[in-house]
Amino acid sequence: MRGVIDASSAGAESPRRSLEAPSPRYGEKAIKVFLGACGGLSVLVTAGIVLSLAFGAIDFFREVPVHEFLFGTTWAPSFSPSHFGVLPIVTGTLNIVFWALAVSVPVGLASAIYLSEYAPNRVRKTIKPMLEVLEGIPTVAIGLFALMFLRPLVADVLPFLDWGGVHSIGVAGIAVGLLIVPLVASISDDAMRAVPRGLREGAYALGASKLRVSLRVVFPAAISGIVAAVVLAVSRAIGETMVVLLAGGARAQITGDPTASSQTMTAYIGQTATGEIAFGTIAYYTIFAVGALLFVMTLIMNLFAIRLVRRFREVYE
Amino acid sequence: MSTDEKAPPRTARTRLAVAGARATTESVLGARSRGDRISNRLFQAVLLLGLSVAIAGLATMVIWAFVEGSPRLNTALFTAGPSTLNIEQAGYRPAILGSLLVIGGVIVLILPLGVGAAVYLEEYADKSRWWNRLFELNIQNLAGVPSIVFGILGLAFIVRQPLGLGFVPAAGALTIALLVLPTVILAAREALRAVPPSIREGSLALGATQWQTTWRQVLPAAMSGILTGVILAVARAVGEAAPLLLVGAVTFVTFDPSFFDPGFTTLPTQIFDWAGRPQEEFQVLAAAGVLIMLALVLVMNSFAVWLRNRFEQKW
Repeated sequence: MRGVIDASSAGAESPRRSLEAPSPRYGEKAIKVFLGACGGLSVLVTAGIVLSLAFGAIDFFREVPVHEFLFGTTWAPSFSPSHFGVLPIVTGTLNIVFWALAVSVPVGLASAIYLSEYAPNRVRKTIKPMLEVLEGIPTVAIGLFALMFLRPLVADVLPFLDWGGVHSIGVAGIAVGLLIVPLVASISDDAMRAVPRGLREGAYALGASKLRVSLRVVFPAAISGIVAAVVLAVSRAIGETMVVLLAGGARAQITGDPTASSQTMTAYIGQTATGEIAFGTIAYYTIFAVGALLFVMTLIMNLFAIRLVRRFREVYE
Repeated sequence: MSTDEKAPPRTARTRLAVAGARATTESVLGARSRGDRISNRLFQAVLLLGLSVAIAGLATMVIWAFVEGSPRLNTALFTAGPSTLNIEQAGYRPAILGSLLVIGGVIVLILPLGVGAAVYLEEYADKSRWWNRLFELNIQNLAGVPSIVFGILGLAFIVRQPLGLGFVPAAGALTIALLVLPTVILAAREALRAVPPSIREGSLALGATQWQTTWRQVLPAAMSGILTGVILAVARAVGEAAPLLLVGAVTFVTFDPSFFDPGFTTLPTQIFDWAGRPQEEFQVLAAAGVLIMLALVLVMNSFAVWLRNRFEQKW
């Protein structure tokens, strides 16, 4: 104790050097401002999205009442007389979400449980990158694959169903599901690996089998992360465009039949954009109204998922 | 931070442990062994089945693209322009050039902006300030905004007023850059976070300024991670089609596009265009395009994965 005090008082005898920078360092400050601007750019982008959607949507709702848009059951913006009830393309989107989850949740969770609880390290190290590559496949490719390969295949396997044209909302949904399997698998895998070893060891010590450890200990412990993965999957399925544009069809109708063609919100936007739309027409503004609805739906989903992910990260440290 | 030391995690832990213990004791005391072993095997089989569905999906798709597209795998596919009359000799030249222009623009934009934002958030930002937390939440949110919404942004803000670029490759590049920017920022932050604080502290202690520390020590150490993120983002940008539909990348162009002139198309949008036509030949052409694109994306993704494994550092 005494020695330390002595040393510090001895140091104080020599002239004290200021630790302040010898020059004002304007360059440093300029760099900090530039970097801050990069960070702030994302806020500008969000503002840009909200503004562009809002201005277009306001122009749209000047001509179409909000309740007709939200609760109408006929969607025919380019016909005359035109109808602007958004429900048919919303139910088309929900159809996609349903089939996508039906594929991606079981397949993704099975993969995640296997990777985190069962797989030897070597297997894990080869399979995880493969799943990541699957995540990188362009959606146009998956859409074309669904249209040209999956749809005839499913029709051959299930010939007793009433297959109409070449488009099918169910097959499009399955393809979207395949697309989001890696997302579900990797987030759930992370969540399950974040569960401390002690929990597993405790259960094993009591004689639990691997099945029980996986399903009764690890799975409930990682549940918020797993739910977050599912919520993100829903968000991705709502926003997926190219697959539904290619394989889902263009008929805006309310249907529960997976073999039927049904348009989704994203497919409508994509299709209207590729057709000849004149600037300033009502068809032009419907893009913004549908886009705004899409944005709000995915925003709610994303905020929810972000909260859940944050929670599972904080539970075990 | 203080929440970590409080009780909740422990009680959650205890509850789970108790649940596990109870379930197991029950199973130990009850009839175990044979039925249990069978159900364990069955469960493992189900898991493997799920995983193989995922892997088989990938494999089938690659094989399908190869089988379907290989008849058209000739030089005309790369050197010729699109044609509706002479389908046998039609190719993707303007689309490939258009994709290259867009990708070039995307790389030039996302490198400084993405890394800059990541450096700001990791090295400079004071996390207790509300605006910095807003930036973070906002970036996470943007990463989940559907790509077609970015197309609407591109159409309303970049193609029309206030930027007024028109339907040009530059507008496509800007739109796609904004789309993949959050991915780059998140990946770059992850890489910066992996650099141990002692490196920064050592540099600062020797009198380096914060920027000197960042530029000469932290960024080089995080480089491979940042590059991995950038490559993955570019791979995504190569395959992205939805926003480009709205900024005009579906024009029928037979000439070589240039960055600020109207009229361009890209590989994925050209494939989409061919796929929409009824004749069989166009479908084959579209599948051949998918083959080009798959090859490109798989190479880039594998490179990113290799880069990450190669340069993964243990500090």
